[in-house]
Amino acid sequence: MTQQDIRTVLADEFGRIAPEISLDEVDPDGDLRDEFDIDSMDFLNLVIALHKRLGVDIPESDYAQLASLRALSNYLAARVGD
Amino acid sequence: MGEFRMPSLGADMEAGTLVEWVKHPGDEVARGDIIAVVETQKGAIEVEAFETGTFARTLVDIGATVPVGTPLAIIDTGAGEAPAAATPAVTAPEPVAAPSRAGAMPPPEPATVVAPPPLVAPAEAGRLRVSPAARRLAAAQGIDLAGLRGSGPGGAIVSGDLAGAVAAAGEEQAVPKRGALDIGEMRKAIAAAMARAKREIPHYYLQTRIDLAAANDWLAAINAVREPAERLLMAALLHKAVALALGKYPAFNGFYEEGAFRPSAAIHLGTAIAIRGGGLMAPAIHDADTLALDEMMAHLRDLVARVRAGRIRGSEMMDPTVTVTSLGERGADSVFGVIFPPQVAIIGFGRPTEQLWPAPHGIETRLTVNATLAGDHRVSDGIAGARLLDEIGRLLQEPDKL
Repeated sequence: MTQQDIRTVLADEFGRIAPEISLDEVDPDGDLRDEFDIDSMDFLNLVIALHKRLGVDIPESDYAQLASLRALSNYLAARVGD
Repeated sequence: MGEFRMPSLGADMEAGTLVEWVKHPGDEVARGDIIAVVETQKGAIEVEAFETGTFARTLVDIGATVPVGTPLAIIDTGAGEAPAAATPAVTAPEPVAAPSRAGAMPPPEPATVVAPPPLVAPAEAGRLRVSPAARRLAAAQGIDLAGLRGSGPGGAIVSGDLAGAVAAAGEEQAVPKRGALDIGEMRKAIAAAMARAKREIPHYYLQTRIDLAAANDWLAAINAVREPAERLLMAALLHKAVALALGKYPAFNGFYEEGAFRPSAAIHLGTAIAIRGGGLMAPAIHDADTLALDEMMAHLRDLVARVRAGRIRGSEMMDPTVTVTSLGERGADSVFGVIFPPQVAIIGFGRPTEQLWPAPHGIETRLTVNATLAGDHRVSDGIAGARLLDEIGRLLQEPDKL
């Protein structure tokens, strides 16, 4: 799965959670929760969706690493298909 | 014969718009089944039937805006006597007792006289003459039939009359489609309720800092071995602790109306949920004190999803006996809420943060949260409020018992 495929999945899932914000508009290095204006319930829903669609189980202890959109994309790219 | 009437879905609601029938003539209807969708200032609400029987016929068309109390349909209960609901005046916004409420609630404010909205087509009060095809087209396009000129027999509205409105609907929705929330209208409803709360309820405020170390450690351990879909949020623990604590302090769980406080035996915890774009709803988690943490979490997730999809039920709007507002990880240190009348308390949680904490061997840092209470001083005093907050804190020290 390519970075583009991952981006498509992220665009889709963030589109559900924050429909008024497009992936292209956000600062890829900005704080993820601030950029998308999401809370911990939204974040958990995102983790659940990514687990379902990409098969990546993100443990709570890794949440802190996912500070930005770029960090999240890289994290997923390193683990998809494992 | 039973009549299904336009229910009051909020203390200040005067009228609602019928947007969808979920049950139809001929269907069996059980008490509690969703029977219709009504559009209010707070968005689309799924309304539950109050009686069991067979749906006989509708009395009001889709798209009609009618005052609270107006009969919407006949339910054949097989009993043949007058309906059990309170006398519905077309003039008074009188709420019908929901199954889980203690008893029928008279309106907390002097009733205002609400006349049926003026209609262009010749009509009996509340009824528009519309051809079935036009009605389907209007519903599909979200067009408000009231105000259209009818060119059919007897001035009835037919499909051709909708042509101009269909074009306009593309640019501007006259009647918001189910799920499309009008934030402006919702804010008006919130403004009315909050202004009334501040006018009528003498609020007092208390705050306490709660040590969340035990709860946080327990949560981390649980979640470390659970798949994402099974994980719990701290919110589930906070809500359960509040529900249990209220069982010991009934002066914070119930309704104040017409000069008297009626405690509620059941604890239906309203939970404040923000809607993107500036909306707010606080639907009920019924019998919250009886729910296991997993169930509480499932309810919280479900409510958040349905609030955002505009699929909240009438009983969820009407039944909260108390409300919790939790700002979460991006919130302020504390939140002092405004009580939602006719409730008598609102419990708030600010952002959990690491704070210096005196421990037996010195100072350490612990995760803590500020819990607050806004109480109705007609019903309770600070001393009881302080005990309630202490109990919540105590319960959170033993998360495995929640």
